[in-house]
Amino acid sequence: MTSATTTPNVPSAPNSPAAASAAAPARRAGRGGRPSDRGTGPGAWLFLAPFGLFYLAFLLGPTIWMFVASFFNTSLVHRGLGSFAGLDNYVEMFSRADFWSSLWHTLQFTLYTVPPLVILAFVFAVLTNRLQRGQWFFRLAFFLPFILPSATISLIWVFIFTPATGLFASVQSLLGFTPGSGILADPKSAMVGVAIATVWWTIGFNFILYLAGLQDIPRELYEAAAVDGASTWQQIRHVTIPLLRRTTTLVILLQIIASLKIFDQVYLMTNGGPGISTQVSLGLITGTAFTDNRIGAASAASVLLFIIIVAIAVIREIVERVAARRDQEA
Amino acid sequence: MRVRTPLGSAGRRPVGRRTLLGSTAVLGASAALAGCGGPLGAGLVGGEVAPETLVFWNLFGGGDGGRMQDMEKVYEKAHGGSSSLQATTFAWGNPYYSKVTLATVGNQPPDVAVAHLTRAKPLWDGGILDPISEDDLASVGLKTSDFNEKAWSAQVTDGKNIAIPLDTHPFVMFFNHEVMDKAGLLESDGSLTDLSGVDTFESALEEIKGVTGSEALTSANVSETATPWRLFWSLYNQYEDATPFLSDGGAKITVDEDIYTDITARLQKWVEKGWLNRGIDYAGSQTQMATGKAGIYLQGEWEISTFQSIEGLKFGMAPIPTLFDRPAAQADSHTFILPKKDRTPEQLTQALGFIKSMLTESMTWAEGGHVPAYLPTYDSAEYKKLTPQSDYASAAENAYYDDAAWYGGSGSTFEATVGAQLALVQQGSTTPEGALSAIRGQLQTYLDPPSPL
Repeated sequence: MTSATTTPNVPSAPNSPAAASAAAPARRAGRGGRPSDRGTGPGAWLFLAPFGLFYLAFLLGPTIWMFVASFFNTSLVHRGLGSFAGLDNYVEMFSRADFWSSLWHTLQFTLYTVPPLVILAFVFAVLTNRLQRGQWFFRLAFFLPFILPSATISLIWVFIFTPATGLFASVQSLLGFTPGSGILADPKSAMVGVAIATVWWTIGFNFILYLAGLQDIPRELYEAAAVDGASTWQQIRHVTIPLLRRTTTLVILLQIIASLKIFDQVYLMTNGGPGISTQVSLGLITGTAFTDNRIGAASAASVLLFIIIVAIAVIREIVERVAARRDQEA
Repeated sequence: MRVRTPLGSAGRRPVGRRTLLGSTAVLGASAALAGCGGPLGAGLVGGEVAPETLVFWNLFGGGDGGRMQDMEKVYEKAHGGSSSLQATTFAWGNPYYSKVTLATVGNQPPDVAVAHLTRAKPLWDGGILDPISEDDLASVGLKTSDFNEKAWSAQVTDGKNIAIPLDTHPFVMFFNHEVMDKAGLLESDGSLTDLSGVDTFESALEEIKGVTGSEALTSANVSETATPWRLFWSLYNQYEDATPFLSDGGAKITVDEDIYTDITARLQKWVEKGWLNRGIDYAGSQTQMATGKAGIYLQGEWEISTFQSIEGLKFGMAPIPTLFDRPAAQADSHTFILPKKDRTPEQLTQALGFIKSMLTESMTWAEGGHVPAYLPTYDSAEYKKLTPQSDYASAAENAYYDDAAWYGGSGSTFEATVGAQLALVQQGSTTPEGALSAIRGQLQTYLDPPSPL
């Protein structure tokens, strides 16, 4: 993370990890500690060991195994790596139409969910922040779905989208539309249905992040803006949005990565159907590994997805640094 | 400069996030703990649920599920109550076989599981199954000659018995009595006129269409891949010189293109003539026959329960008519498998005893439409009296199973891929040639790589 520099007249939104890590040494410095002491000495390693072991056994180890297995015809049902495949698994994935379509569906899901999850969360946070009383209720209402397991929300939304008799179809009938075969039954709209369920489910998290950010903006700034004759809209445009920029970039990154890892809702709501119209990358990987028993081929697909996610995270980081540098120069 | 902690606890109107998260964590934890029981401990320490409890996995929903539970109750009664058996039902299809595979690879398999015969073969190839010897069978009073010969020989793989068949479930013909009667296709005793021979059958379709004013014959092909495959595979194998669709364990496509084209083009012709539906989903295809808008409906015999539950519907069942050289019907069998695990002789006897108990209850199973593979039931007077079930029992003698392949069998990737294209042919949105090249293209992914089994 870049270290945030806060100049007195341009306070950065302090709810990003950057600000946090900058604030932390500042606090320690106040207590006489030296930032360079962090993470050294045997004591620190001892404290890290339990976590480190888990990290090695369940994250780093399997990840390395994945990279290795992707060059072999590794099978689910036989021990060891199997025969050497060279780049066959990668060549196969690149030549598979369903691999590309699953990548596209993952991207499609990301495009459908990220903008509403960011924009709506912001809008709802701003509205909630203006309330004088009853805020707790809205905070709870927006956040509550987020704690439900994916299986629960999938069931709820499959009920809602039930053709002819579901809530959605009932509303359509009331409005005078003829309910069709159901959102999830049509290849064109199934992904939209999954996206709607996801937005409802996870908007609470971004909403809380934004609300926290909003409550951190000093009131004086708004007062000063009001004195200068700025309208409410102008205040949002020129005070709120710029000061929440760090929150926004964080939210967008977390959201993109979460969306690229989409699996649960698709598996539970449509299982990749109708046909393969909602089959996403992780769905394809799961099928290849656990239905076709081909760990090797699935590993190759996982590596490709891994590269894409890392690339997106890196691009976002570069953009962030450029923006931070611009802040410094300003 | 005011130092702020992240997430703004220094701001106005603090979020109270800790309270919120704290309470939700408590909620979540209590919900998770609510699901804990005895098996959890067994799972954590890797022990048996209870040493004397037999663990049985199956994939039966709907009417089959109810019948299976009745049969399980008989076993429980004879073996000391509900603690003697832990039966679990999973959703059928690929995910079920993934679970069986993973549980066995993870050394925690069920004692006995149900598998389709065509799916037991790849499980065997993957080293997931224990073979069952003649001595094992004899230990619970079973022998090879107790079983339907077609089903029994179909399960023998590498010279070993890998699965014990419970039934054969062929693709059959349902017909609406009233419609067929008006079309003059019923004998005086109410049985169906012989429709053998493709010309006879086609003229019968014309007759039926005259009665219904819509289709003569329905077979599901919208949001449905298994049915188009079953229909094709039934008719394809009625030619003497039909070759396997897949050979070498799925490494080669060896379908006979002339027969393929003949069948698919004929189905398209039937659609053009208005005899066969262009596009209809599973439920719709049943409704057409039940309401007399079609005379004939083609599907697996398990749909018998659906029609029996319709008030006032008189329907009959028969094997698929022999249109070409020989009688044939696509079929599969539900079988019992023993997933690979270290068994004591007692455990083996217990598992086989359970299978034997299920087989002797085959009559309950047969009522659901499946043709019993256990001959003492099949040959019994009771089964012979059971109509319409015994009317199509001969279809089990002419059963054609899907070819063995590591990606093949009932509900598999192969069926989904091929069935989807055949459905498009019937809908008229692709040509037989186009569908075949699409099938070849899509299966290429599975032909090239070495089998993972």
